[in-house]
Amino acid sequence: MFQIAKPLDEALAPVTDGSMLVVPREVAGAPMAATRALIRRGVKRLHLVALPTSSLQADLMIGAGCVATLETSAVSLGEFGPAPRFSAAITGQTISMKDATCPALHAGLQAAEKGVPFMPLRGLIGSDVLKYRDDWKVIDNPFGNSDPIVLLPAIKPDVALIHAPMADRFGNVWIGRQRELATMVHAAARTVATVEKIHDGNLLDDSVLAAGTLPGFYVESIAIAERGCWPLGLPDRYAADAEHLALYAKMAATAEGFAEYLDRYVYEKKAA
Amino acid sequence: MTFCPEELLASVIADLIGDVRHVAVGNASPIPATAALLARERGKLQGIGRPYVSLLGSPKHTFWTDGGRELFDCAGQGRIDVFFLSGGQIDGHGNINLVEIGPHERPKVRFPGSFGSAYLYYVVPKVILFRTEHSRRTLVPQVDFISAPGTSEPNVFRTGGPIALVTNRCLFSFANGRFRLESVHPGHTVEEVTEHTGFEFDRPASVGETPAPSPETLRLMREAVAPELAAVYPQFARQVFGVGAFAE
Repeated sequence: MFQIAKPLDEALAPVTDGSMLVVPREVAGAPMAATRALIRRGVKRLHLVALPTSSLQADLMIGAGCVATLETSAVSLGEFGPAPRFSAAITGQTISMKDATCPALHAGLQAAEKGVPFMPLRGLIGSDVLKYRDDWKVIDNPFGNSDPIVLLPAIKPDVALIHAPMADRFGNVWIGRQRELATMVHAAARTVATVEKIHDGNLLDDSVLAAGTLPGFYVESIAIAERGCWPLGLPDRYAADAEHLALYAKMAATAEGFAEYLDRYVYEKKAA
Repeated sequence: MTFCPEELLASVIADLIGDVRHVAVGNASPIPATAALLARERGKLQGIGRPYVSLLGSPKHTFWTDGGRELFDCAGQGRIDVFFLSGGQIDGHGNINLVEIGPHERPKVRFPGSFGSAYLYYVVPKVILFRTEHSRRTLVPQVDFISAPGTSEPNVFRTGGPIALVTNRCLFSFANGRFRLESVHPGHTVEEVTEHTGFEFDRPASVGETPAPSPETLRLMREAVAPELAAVYPQFARQVFGVGAFAE
């Protein structure tokens, strides 16, 4: 039987320096406990793909020096303001930025999911988003007549890192309504999942649960991380910790404050 | 009846929405959300059961079950009629900038990013631009970065684009690549709009005042919309309508 629930650091072994790592937006459940573990390990030179946006997770990893290239559509702390370490990294030119638009990231991963080299997408033509993406191409729609359309290469991450409410002892992971996690996982070569808890029984045996289950076939390793999205929320389970996010926004506004945040909440004190 | 600026803006936007099937509103947009829910209440009164309203970021007010892509797939098929966009900068050609200020090689200021704009601006028939800060800092002659262009070459597939720009001072319409001043909000003047707008726009010989929301509109907003809104934007609903979140 699939060996379930490794220690977190062991489960994260597939994420190596220089990996292309795909992570979800916070409303799909951002794996924050795993993110802190990667920072503690000192992972470097990641090509981080955030589907299709990110908040605290990308800001933290950028600030901690884990990211060489960021590919996403936006990074912001939402109601808590701009993402300070992201902004500083762009204006200070310490990371390479591949600006995208949300459906382009979905489409690029869908191409990988299907094993095809590219996906076409409407929009984009005439934008500077397209202008600065030399990996995207414009062709004349072969089924049309003078109809330019953008082709996006498949995004093939080395690892997808997700957090979900539960997994079973067979390695199946229940993601419920957060279907974009399935796209990420199908597209990536390997998947690491953290979960709130282990479910007794086989998730695929219950037809109601099976519809929201990611088969263990795709999953490399699983670790239990209770409240693993903290200080962000997990949909339908727990809300974001607004007080902590406000504290982060304040501390991360300066490099010194951010270093102190890392010391206090990442290197020393584990998520409450 | 007296009204507050938020009620006026929501009323203006609801009129722009008109009779459509599906309005989608992005995150952190309480005034467009108020307008969309107002349009839905009007539809209910007329017995037409439109528009369907999706408030992104609120699981209760969205039907998506196929991940984040479903919104964009819906839009690509023409299943979304109205959407709202904004910009750190908006220029006179309807171009919006959600990315940066300054040269691309060395930007002075970085905004969050383009989100879905570089796609939705092309495929949603009625995009309403909404930017409360009406200044020469935000409304510029030419944006520093085009997240999404206001218009496209004739051979570029485009079923959508901007129809209007609503600010705290006035309402502009947008057609043929230019903005036109339609009305100035009560308490504001055409001179003031000209002074604070960085781009050129068409200005009819006589520009009227934005009509105040009717008593019926205010009643719908306060009695029917506000309690719905309180579940999604509790702070806004309390400030503007004095309504607390209702237990469900």
